[in-house]
Amino acid sequence: MATITVTVNGKPHTNDVEPRTLLVHYLREQLNLTGTHIGCDTSQCGACVVHLNGQSVKSCTVLAIQCHGAEVTTIEGLAPQGQMHALQEGFWEKHGLQCGFCTPGMIMAAADLLERNPNPTDDEIRHGLEGNLCRCTGYENIVRAVRYAAEKMAVPAGD
Amino acid sequence: MTATETRERIVGRAIKRREDPKLITGQGNYLDDIKLPGMLHVALVRSPYAHANITSIDVSRALAMPGVVAVFTGADMMDINPMPAAWQAGGVKNNAVTPRALAVGKVTLVGDPVAMVIAEDRYTARDAADAVDVEYEPLDAVVDARKAVEPGAPQLHATAPNNVVFEWECGDQAAADTALASAEVVVKEPIINQRLIPTPMETRGSVARYDAATGEFTVWMTSQAPHVHRLLLTAFVFGIPEHKLRCIAPNVGGGFGQKIFCYNDMAFTMWASRKLGRPVKFVEDRSENYKYSTHGRDHISEAEIAGTRDGKITGLRVKTWANIGGYFSTIAAGIPTTLYGRIINGVYKIPAVHVHVTGVYTNTAMVDAYRGAGRPEASYLIERMVDRFAAEIGMDPAEVRRKNFIQPHEFPYNNQLGLLPFDSGNYEPALNKALETVGYGDFRAKQAEARKQGRYLGLGISTYVEICGVAPSAWIGANGQGWGAGLWESANIRVHLTGKVVVTTGSLPHGQGLETTFAQVVADELGVNYDDVEIQWGDTLGTPFGYGTYGSRSLAVGGVAIKRSADKIKAKARKLAAHMLEANELDIVFENGKASVKGSPDKAKTIGELALAASVAYDLPEGMEPFLDETSYYDPPNCTFPFGTHISVVEVDPETGHVDLLRYIAVDDCGPQINPLIVEGQIHGGIVQGIAQALYEGAVYNDDGQLLSGTLMDYAVPTAAMSPHIETDHTVTPSPVNPLGVKGAGEAGTIGSAQCVMNAVIDALSPFGVKHLQMPATPERVWNAIHGG
Ligand code: FES
Ligand code: FES
Repeated sequence: MATITVTVNGKPHTNDVEPRTLLVHYLREQLNLTGTHIGCDTSQCGACVVHLNGQSVKSCTVLAIQCHGAEVTTIEGLAPQGQMHALQEGFWEKHGLQCGFCTPGMIMAAADLLERNPNPTDDEIRHGLEGNLCRCTGYENIVRAVRYAAEKMAVPAGD
Repeated sequence: MTATETRERIVGRAIKRREDPKLITGQGNYLDDIKLPGMLHVALVRSPYAHANITSIDVSRALAMPGVVAVFTGADMMDINPMPAAWQAGGVKNNAVTPRALAVGKVTLVGDPVAMVIAEDRYTARDAADAVDVEYEPLDAVVDARKAVEPGAPQLHATAPNNVVFEWECGDQAAADTALASAEVVVKEPIINQRLIPTPMETRGSVARYDAATGEFTVWMTSQAPHVHRLLLTAFVFGIPEHKLRCIAPNVGGGFGQKIFCYNDMAFTMWASRKLGRPVKFVEDRSENYKYSTHGRDHISEAEIAGTRDGKITGLRVKTWANIGGYFSTIAAGIPTTLYGRIINGVYKIPAVHVHVTGVYTNTAMVDAYRGAGRPEASYLIERMVDRFAAEIGMDPAEVRRKNFIQPHEFPYNNQLGLLPFDSGNYEPALNKALETVGYGDFRAKQAEARKQGRYLGLGISTYVEICGVAPSAWIGANGQGWGAGLWESANIRVHLTGKVVVTTGSLPHGQGLETTFAQVVADELGVNYDDVEIQWGDTLGTPFGYGTYGSRSLAVGGVAIKRSADKIKAKARKLAAHMLEANELDIVFENGKASVKGSPDKAKTIGELALAASVAYDLPEGMEPFLDETSYYDPPNCTFPFGTHISVVEVDPETGHVDLLRYIAVDDCGPQINPLIVEGQIHGGIVQGIAQALYEGAVYNDDGQLLSGTLMDYAVPTAAMSPHIETDHTVTPSPVNPLGVKGAGEAGTIGSAQCVMNAVIDALSPFGVKHLQMPATPERVWNAIHGG
């Protein structure tokens, strides 16, 4: 067992973890943040994407102890409580989800994409989300949802 | 609001889904999110062999590990029965060999579970599973359905000689033989519909809890049909009263058919929770899902189509070997029979048809319904064969289709293949719309021009029809189809004292947006606010029996049950209003949430006032019971038959064999749409699953029965970058079968799409003399077709 301190969604947590504990299991089992999902065992699906120090990572491919001293943001912490991030709004408005299982990871990956490229073309959105699989939507409405968010985020606050 | 104001109808509006806020904020509750006090975790020991006798299992090393609570094998669970076989089409009898909770004596596929390790946490369980020592005596394996029926093939089950599960036929063999023998043109083609893995993004699992004091089980399950699972697990597997099991499907992360079936983990978690007195959880990982949960399709067919030189189709003869896998899954026999052979004519009038199907055991994962279930296989076969026929006689494929369409005035149409008549259809407008959108008029000229420059464009047409809301119960159950129960749906509506409406349904939404759609229907029927309607589902405690959500049946069957409950609520409300307004019941009309006296709209009672009066029950008409609370059980008189035209345009790179999907156009007709946003979403998702079959996906076994495409690394579920932009449109042909006129939209996209893309690819390759190509059209396969490899 090792003791780690990780800031998750703005709150510091100190826990004992096995050296082999995956970040996704730490979040889900020890912190009860079950919004981050597990869809595969080969780092393909992206259901587990969270932000580690501001960058998207597949939390099934990161060890919890690697996150000692780091900041992690999960879907639960993407927007302040009671509010929605432009991407969450976009997914709702544009019917960007059906079963919703891929959605948290998809939104976290899209947030990172918009951070790097605030005004992506449809093609750039499709390529930017290549690490995330959705079996329900056929991606058409996910592209629309991300575009909605990009447009919304481009408008300066107060406009 | 005055009585003359009309409330705006919400049916038909693309409102955003009420399901979404919790799912987009991480507040969903999926199976693996469930934690119960004292809960234990299961890891399975699975067979590495596709076919073997189990000679010994030694659990002692595993049991000694700290944190391990128990290790069980199949021999421990002989007090429960194997999984049930619920759809025994085609004379399946004692040769339906279903899995036991854990394999006993023998394994018939890679991944067959032979022991379960139960530990305090999942890491420990997994470690201990590796410490269970199993010895096997490997046997020869067979994975190909045609090879499995040959003499000398390895035999899987003693009760199924030659590995044959069933033989089934439909149509008129003599007529088909005659039509083929006397035809001007006959085209013959081997058609393979490759095996697919459904791949819901959430894998499957179960959490079981046993209450020793009451003898009651509660099982949370990744399920499309919890009422059916309760019935099967109690009456058939455990032999306990139905009311001793409560099944709960929480949020379900996609199903596509794979979560319809009754799986052994439901049984072994129940069994172990009773044995150990603690809740037990099992969740598959992805590679377990790929090895052991059901697959779809896997047909090998020989198809022959006959016709005249001027484009009339005169006959169709099909022989199909349907791979069933290592055991019989819950409804495996119904898919390649009733849902396939009986709709093989597609949208065409074909005077003589015969279909023969052999269901075959092989050393592979079980095959059962996957999105479309039988209809994609039928649709792919007929649409490929019609294109082959058109090419053979040198006629435009759109023209051949037009020439053979069932005409609007011919509905209800009996295809003579053992279905009830097709309900309604008007195939040409959808075709015309799609042709116009793609610019068919000058496409061939553009194609010819491109070819001169060494660019290979192709256009594919698919005009499909399918079967939704399979019913009535008497037909599917009693009349030779072999289904083991009914296929109706139920719904209850209660209007509470405060005027809020609670609807319970036996349908089981897992991405289809049924909460939103159903609430739209109820709000309009009762004339209440959409936000005042609550839809409850998923828990056998508190919802009426339902057969579940699959086969695109939830609106056409479940939704109509809801409408009929609303009708009953209105009838009672009218009676009560007549009493309160001192009018004759026959003079009361119910509109916009109000019961009023005909001709004097100011004499009215709102549904809220009536609910209050019914609830407090101070002054009810003679003999009326308190409360507005009505239940309906709806068994439709027929299936519905949605249809449409899909067109795709591809460009094939002759250097690399790469297929670029340039355009995808879908014109679908599912009848009136309650929520067009949701319908479009269903179509999008369905289409990409069909495109995936055409271009990317295929479950591949080697000859020893090892699944080579065993993870998402090797099985090519498309990404966003591999999926095209989709242009959707629709026509509206209401179904006369049900009072909403609705047909169903959940599977149409998949049913219409694989052949659409393949027809385009083969059109593009026609200058190279390519007449047919098996799916998936991978670069390697396309390159070989071009270069004669
Ligand atoms: S769980 Fe699939 S990528 Fe992490
Ligand atoms: S919404 Fe179901 S997997 Fe994406």
